[in-house]
Amino acid sequence: MKTLQRYSAGQRSNHWATVLCFVLAAVSGFALFHPALFWLTALVGGPQWARILHPYLGLAMFMLFLGMFFMFASANCWREEDSEWLGKASAMISQGNQAKMPPVGKYNGGQKLIFWLFALSLVVLLVTGLLFWQAWFAPAVPIWLQRIAVVLHALAAFGLFLAVVVHAYAAIWVKGTLGAMVRGTVSNAWAKHHHPLWWREQVQPRATKK
Amino acid sequence: MSSLQSQDVVARSATTTPPPQARAHVPEVAKLIDVSKCIGCKACQVACMEWNDLRDDVGSNIGVYDNPTDLTPQSWTVMKFFEVEPEAGNLEWLIRKDGCMHCEDPGCLKACPSPGAIVKYANGIVDFISEHCIGCGYCVKGCPFDVPRISEKDNKAYKCTLCSDRVGVGLEPACVKTCPTGAITFGTKADMVASGEQRAGELQERGWKSAGLYNPAGVGGTHVMYVLKHADQPGLTALPTNPSISPWVSVWKGWSKPVGLAVMAGAALTGWFHYLRKGPLETPEEETSATDDGSSTQGEQS
Repeated sequence: MKTLQRYSAGQRSNHWATVLCFVLAAVSGFALFHPALFWLTALVGGPQWARILHPYLGLAMFMLFLGMFFMFASANCWREEDSEWLGKASAMISQGNQAKMPPVGKYNGGQKLIFWLFALSLVVLLVTGLLFWQAWFAPAVPIWLQRIAVVLHALAAFGLFLAVVVHAYAAIWVKGTLGAMVRGTVSNAWAKHHHPLWWREQVQPRATKK
Repeated sequence: MSSLQSQDVVARSATTTPPPQARAHVPEVAKLIDVSKCIGCKACQVACMEWNDLRDDVGSNIGVYDNPTDLTPQSWTVMKFFEVEPEAGNLEWLIRKDGCMHCEDPGCLKACPSPGAIVKYANGIVDFISEHCIGCGYCVKGCPFDVPRISEKDNKAYKCTLCSDRVGVGLEPACVKTCPTGAITFGTKADMVASGEQRAGELQERGWKSAGLYNPAGVGGTHVMYVLKHADQPGLTALPTNPSISPWVSVWKGWSKPVGLAVMAGAALTGWFHYLRKGPLETPEEETSATDDGSSTQGEQS
């Protein structure tokens, strides 16, 4: 089967390192968000360790995401076809059929939306998280600001989690997608079917350059 | 210190089921601090150190009597001195013993994410159970009185316990026992409210027109109350006029928790059921090379 390279080894490593930090930060964060999930602290070494590690995990996640942000930002610039794609997305999801979707490049409107949601929520998480990081900065931050920061931190984490659910489910739902981030390759048919404009660039590099 | 097993717990941090409540007839207690009788001798600070076995660092003199200048993890009560003019040209030297107010509706307990790290006993005392404290500092955000202090040594939160270990065995708090002028008294909440209001009335008769009892309703009342000479201006001694739990904390620790959790769990479940009902989105078999040219018709749309 003919395959196309979609992600390099470096890009894949960066992605999965970010995933690891996200999972651990989410586990320790959820534990402190709701009493019903406090048991999750056991997965990171206990309640105290959850409190100690969570900010560092979050910081690592942000730095790792920054690497991906610079690699993928240009491919995630919004185009006209993305709005059109997004408008038809609900029909595709409810019918489980993407035949009527407009052709898109390396990323469709949904993927781009998720990318920018990730970026936005991570910036909010970083800034608000620093403001009430007890071990380092909280003592120097006015209490009214810390109270706003904890709410925005929870809100951004909520948004990030929802975006991750969509992101992960899309990769599971659309067969042939997961391989792009695991082995780095997708099938020729997958590329042509789901990202026809990107496929054309890949197989006819010169024809698309103007 | 572990929580006192002999005490009923009426509220427990990060806990959604009822705490132990077998002992049904515990009277609520309160400490009443009459600032008009306080001479600023700091015997209460010493008694607090002695009973709780605390030794704060020796600080430096900042030119006034305040020493230490603020509550710390080792100083759970501190005398604060204020030179103020409640009326223009009429200087007054006010003294207030600062410390935990033991709110009926404690913001620290509401904010705490660690099950059982903060408890409220049936007698009204709000206690930090250090062994369950994880050092996150959320109690600091929850407190309307700026009372909890996080130790840099062990990352635990500390504050006045209202001598819960003494009260639990029928003794008064150490500061009450030691106060040489009777400015600090201790008893049932009802008795202390009555006594405070009576004292405020006496002060009014003697010319302190706005004397009154500080027992703020915004936090459901407190189990440490003040008789203030200027109850209309609690800010004179750095007390909040209408303290209540910040609305940000109420949102954060109120409806946002169950709603947020339900939506997030719902999102994950939606994915699962979508997959069950619609199945995966498969890529059609690789088309023959002849239809490869067909891609140009797709390209025309762009």
